[in-house]
Amino acid sequence: MREDAGAGRRVLLSGWGRTAPTAARLARPRDLAELAELVARAPERGVIARGLGRSYGDAAQCAGGLVLDCADLDPGFRVDAAAGTVTASAGTSLDTLLRELVPRGWFPPVVPGTRHVTVGGAIAADIHGKNHHADSSFGAHLRSYTVVTGTGEVRTLRPGDGAPFWAGVGGMGLTGVITEAVVALRPVETAWMRVDTDRTPDLDATLDLMARTDGDYHHTVAWVDLLAAGARTGRSVVTRGHHAVRDDLPVRARRDPLRFAPRVLGAAPGWAPPGLLNRWTVRAFNTAWYARAPQRRRDEITPASGFFHPLDAVRGWNRLYGPRGLVQYQFAVPFGAEPVLRRVVERLSAARAASFLAVLKRFGPGTPGPLSFPQPGWTLALDLPAELSGLPVLLDTFDRWVADAGGRVYLAKDSRMHPELPARMYPRLDEWRAVRAEVDPAGVFRSDLARRLDLVGGGGSR
Amino acid sequence: MRNALGAVRSVLVLGGRSEIGLAIAERLVRDGARAVALAVRGGRAPEAAARLREAGAAEVHELEFDADAPASHAAVLARAAGLLGDLDVVVAAFGHLGDQAALEADPVAAAASAHTNLTGHVSAGLAAAARLREQGHGVLVVLSSMAGVRVRRANFVYGAAKAGLDGFAQGLDDALYGSGARVMIVRPGYVRTKMSAHVPAAPFAATPRQVADAVADGLRLGWRYVWVPSVLRSVAAVFRVLPRSVWRRLRR
Repeated sequence: MREDAGAGRRVLLSGWGRTAPTAARLARPRDLAELAELVARAPERGVIARGLGRSYGDAAQCAGGLVLDCADLDPGFRVDAAAGTVTASAGTSLDTLLRELVPRGWFPPVVPGTRHVTVGGAIAADIHGKNHHADSSFGAHLRSYTVVTGTGEVRTLRPGDGAPFWAGVGGMGLTGVITEAVVALRPVETAWMRVDTDRTPDLDATLDLMARTDGDYHHTVAWVDLLAAGARTGRSVVTRGHHAVRDDLPVRARRDPLRFAPRVLGAAPGWAPPGLLNRWTVRAFNTAWYARAPQRRRDEITPASGFFHPLDAVRGWNRLYGPRGLVQYQFAVPFGAEPVLRRVVERLSAARAASFLAVLKRFGPGTPGPLSFPQPGWTLALDLPAELSGLPVLLDTFDRWVADAGGRVYLAKDSRMHPELPARMYPRLDEWRAVRAEVDPAGVFRSDLARRLDLVGGGGSR
Repeated sequence: MRNALGAVRSVLVLGGRSEIGLAIAERLVRDGARAVALAVRGGRAPEAAARLREAGAAEVHELEFDADAPASHAAVLARAAGLLGDLDVVVAAFGHLGDQAALEADPVAAAASAHTNLTGHVSAGLAAAARLREQGHGVLVVLSSMAGVRVRRANFVYGAAKAGLDGFAQGLDDALYGSGARVMIVRPGYVRTKMSAHVPAAPFAATPRQVADAVADGLRLGWRYVWVPSVLRSVAAVFRVLPRSVWRRLRR
């Protein structure tokens, strides 16, 4: 039987965590008309857009349905220097944006822990960065975005449009396929950061340092050693910085201050044995990382790529977790819920769970997106091997603490939450569902995440 | 949908009165499954359904299923999908142990037993696989047996059917490669159930609950084969190379 050329070929897809793969047809529309046509003729099991596959779980999968890769759409790349904005197609990666924008003296308003996400994904997950406390999330810097709705209509939405605009910001692609966006930029003088680094002995000291000094820095983040126990529980390396100005740079770098040249050290091997990252190897790594960091260093001038995206230096690092993959757990709790944060860190430390790269950050005000993750308070993100025994119970316990404290789990990271939880964690879920029902009355936009968590209503069974 | 840690939303048990099948469903419900369908001869399994509701299942459906009527199997799968939506896990648990001596004396009864244990699984397995392939995900859990690893004198009618089933399930899994669906083959040794009560227990006997726990581990870690208890993997390796003259003399 001949396959419909436009409907794509069947492939197995999983998220960055490489857990729970499912099969779908993958199509790469070449232009907007083809994209709208694919949406209009969506298969019964639904359609979802996929960018670079950096969501950890199943947000960009649609088992038995259609997955759209928008990388072939016209990049439509335009910088408007007067307005301080960039127009880019949804499939444009932040890596491309940085390489294009930084030499021209502009920086994306928000960059997450990797450059390898797309503009479309950045909107759909309403991503945040180390500057959230100062600048909020990606959605706050959108002038507009264009979307193909469930009826195949092409709409350009602006913040002034209210609910339909915000439903897509953090909407995990379930309100339509984003095709293009206009994003406000930050002018920069250099491609460098001026960074202060401090080592803190325990969690209290970490929280205290961040709470006291967050306001003084544009970007802050803490890396927490979750394997340190006893009096050292929660010891961290806190880095805080600003975009460096030209005069900050050493003389040599001043000649070409906007040179943006991220280093790639190499790629992780294609296969790693199960259990490679265990409590001993990770503890050794964490200890070395902590020991290597200076006790206190001021005004270090460092390339922006290394400051924002240290992990991008190793391509495919997720493969180090072996064939069973990894689970990332990221939650946010409001200020005042520090005891929950402390209990989570203590429990992980006591369980000696092999987590490296736990990232702690303070959130500022969020956006009006009903499903947008950031809310004022603390957020902690950690990676765990999926094969870890006792993991389901451990994370279910954390979910309960987080939900009880008025907090939430990040949908772009989730791969294992219970379906009762999103309604508690995102109290405006029904409001979002109502908007979705208007823009996608037939419910064509569906993902494995939506099915698993019953985000779109109807029992999540189909 | 199966989540990253192996928990699922829906479970279909073919042979819903099987103690092992039920124990697996119960364990999956305790791990978060909300909806279960029990496919049983006669279409009613109120005690099993009550047990699953007590374990926390929000919906339990009972439907008619006759393992010996292959022509009806596709329709049973369609009905189950109508009730549950996506079939996250299908447990093919039906089977017939019988009494070896009696089966040897009654060729017709022996053929009927093999029909249930092998032919029934072929049609039900293919029907289930078609559904899972279409939905792009799902696991078919096939209850094979240690008895099928190398067929023994003591239960060769049953063992031969299980050996056939095991081979069928392996081939089916290969056929499903890349489809998002897969087959998990469970190879328990002796399991203490009503079905096996008339047979003396073999070494390394397990309970239905131990089988269920092993299946849950297998779903979480993506195993292709589940040995219960796990030591049977090594025992099987020995069994396979024992000389015929020794093998023939095994009592059980």
